[in-house]
Amino acid sequence: MTMDFIISAIVTVVGISTPILLAATGELVVEKSGVLNLGVEGMMLIGAITGFAVTFTTFNPWLGVIAAAAAGAAVSMVFGVLVLSLGSNQVATGLALAILGIGLSTLIGAGFTGMIVPQFSSIFPSVLSHDPFWRVIFGYSPMVYIALAIIFAVGWVLNYTRAGLVLRAVGENDLSAHSIGYSVIGIRYMAIAFGGAMAGIAGSYFSMVITPMWAERMTAGRGWIALALVVFAGWKAGRLVIGAYLFGALMTLELYAKASGFQFLPSQFWASMPYIMAIVVLAVISYRDRTGSEAPACLGKPFLPNS
Amino acid sequence: MRIKLEKRAEPSRFMLFATPVAAVVFTILIGAVLFDALGYDGLGTVKEIFFTPILASYKWQDVATKAAPLILIALGLSLGNQAKVWNIGAEGQYIAGALAGALVAYLTPGVASHWIIIPMVIAGVLGGAAWAAIPAFLKTKLNVNEVLTSLMLVYVALQLLSYLVTGPWKDPNGHNFPQTAPFTDAQLLPHSIAGTFIPPGLVIAFVLMLAFWLVVSRSVYGFQVRVVGAAPSAARYAGFSANGTVWSTLLISGGMAGLAGILEATSQLGQLNLGFPSNYGFTAIIVSFLGRLHPVGVFIAGIVLAITYVGGQVAQTTVHVPSASGGIFQALMLFLILAGDVLVRYRLVLK
Repeated sequence: MTMDFIISAIVTVVGISTPILLAATGELVVEKSGVLNLGVEGMMLIGAITGFAVTFTTFNPWLGVIAAAAAGAAVSMVFGVLVLSLGSNQVATGLALAILGIGLSTLIGAGFTGMIVPQFSSIFPSVLSHDPFWRVIFGYSPMVYIALAIIFAVGWVLNYTRAGLVLRAVGENDLSAHSIGYSVIGIRYMAIAFGGAMAGIAGSYFSMVITPMWAERMTAGRGWIALALVVFAGWKAGRLVIGAYLFGALMTLELYAKASGFQFLPSQFWASMPYIMAIVVLAVISYRDRTGSEAPACLGKPFLPNS
Repeated sequence: MRIKLEKRAEPSRFMLFATPVAAVVFTILIGAVLFDALGYDGLGTVKEIFFTPILASYKWQDVATKAAPLILIALGLSLGNQAKVWNIGAEGQYIAGALAGALVAYLTPGVASHWIIIPMVIAGVLGGAAWAAIPAFLKTKLNVNEVLTSLMLVYVALQLLSYLVTGPWKDPNGHNFPQTAPFTDAQLLPHSIAGTFIPPGLVIAFVLMLAFWLVVSRSVYGFQVRVVGAAPSAARYAGFSANGTVWSTLLISGGMAGLAGILEATSQLGQLNLGFPSNYGFTAIIVSFLGRLHPVGVFIAGIVLAITYVGGQVAQTTVHVPSASGGIFQALMLFLILAGDVLVRYRLVLK
């Protein structure tokens, strides 16, 4: 194995992992607050088409990303009203959100197929970003660095700040948090909106960074992988990063396998690999955590105190 | 003035029946406004999606054909949903059932007797159940969340189907299309029962609806499923096994999805190809909730959702909305039915 090969593999893994990491970071915050939102895939697709459409009209990818975040947050509020204010079932409501996102993004995107948007330019001088060695650090889209900054910020807020403590308290024991005066519902609304915004940004990565084009269902099930990743990480921000790169490595393997030597196994085998691995990983993790002690105690349960 | 939710002493019977109807009505209204806002002909779209399939008698066969798999799958899912066992992977079990049934067909090409249909259908049921057994095993032995595993297996089943129809099972006389060889005449069920527009799957769905109704309302097992879902600790005291309920509901719902898959393959398609998965497994989740998890409700809801499937295709050609439009109406309906649930359990009070 040559140095070139290793570096290009690392660059691919980091790039391909970023949207999963973004979406999983958002979902981590949502689940820490005690809410399970299965609609990640749908919110990602809404973000993908919104980011694309706004960039296409304004020629400004930054505006595109901001719009993608806003759209993801907006559509997550449909879920929020149902599960928080109306106490509906979270699993079913999350699925409805996923179905809605898939349908709505296809509907909006119908007029945008085959078009191309301008991409982000590198924030580092091209001496660094195109250097055969240093591109391993400097050669990424700005979104990659932003994603990493966000995950570190989220990890810090969750573990070392008062806001993080309150969020975790709401997810671990909603009644106690309520009785000492915190607004459980209000905090959960904010968490869901944050999760929606992150999923929106993650989606825009597909239509603006990975390719400069929109395609129906282009997130191809990565939203579900992001959900598995949160469980894999044991609801811890640090392990989320490791997990995301692990899944990214698997997907990179699929790309290389299709392109080169591993053709003794069919391409469908490699395409199903991330999902099989997700199942295996969930099994191992859940076995270790049989009592479910790592999951937030109130995960998935509605909070209706005055009833 | 604020609106507050007040818990009812008893769930409202009236709301239980009224809210699904209201959900459909509001879906039509909101859908019309939404599609107008998006620049389409809103009224025309809802007319084509919800009313053309009912008014045009030549569409009835289409509706009945699409209702059959939706009802079959949703009957099984409703059982699990009552126990709060979330099988989200019926789409994968539907594919696995069709593959297992087709395997029997391809192993017995020389059998000229129609009886071959029976082992094919049994294999379909077992195939679907086997695919659902994976999440059941992982849930009961290793405490893995069945939502994620059943869903991941959909993607695995899709890849397996793609591998088989482009590789080992590809029709040598198929002009290189990704499809299997057609089933032999003996291996086929008719599109519809002679002289009617009713497909065989719908008759089976009707009979199974009655069977499920009997089980849910009259058997100890039906009671066990409800108790495990509503009050897990009470179920433990009563001696009902939570793991047993996970196994049985997943195997039954997987088997029903597998049955739907093999019936679709043998009575409608006559072969397997890449276009075989039609999202019935996901739409059936909506059917299950719209039907209030009750077998009779599921039967009616299956027909309603089948209408949106057929109507979505009509609207594509007549008012030129994208193919995804039907899906938006389906998602809206699920949101509204879930929002309506709150009115069954709570009263809205103005303060």
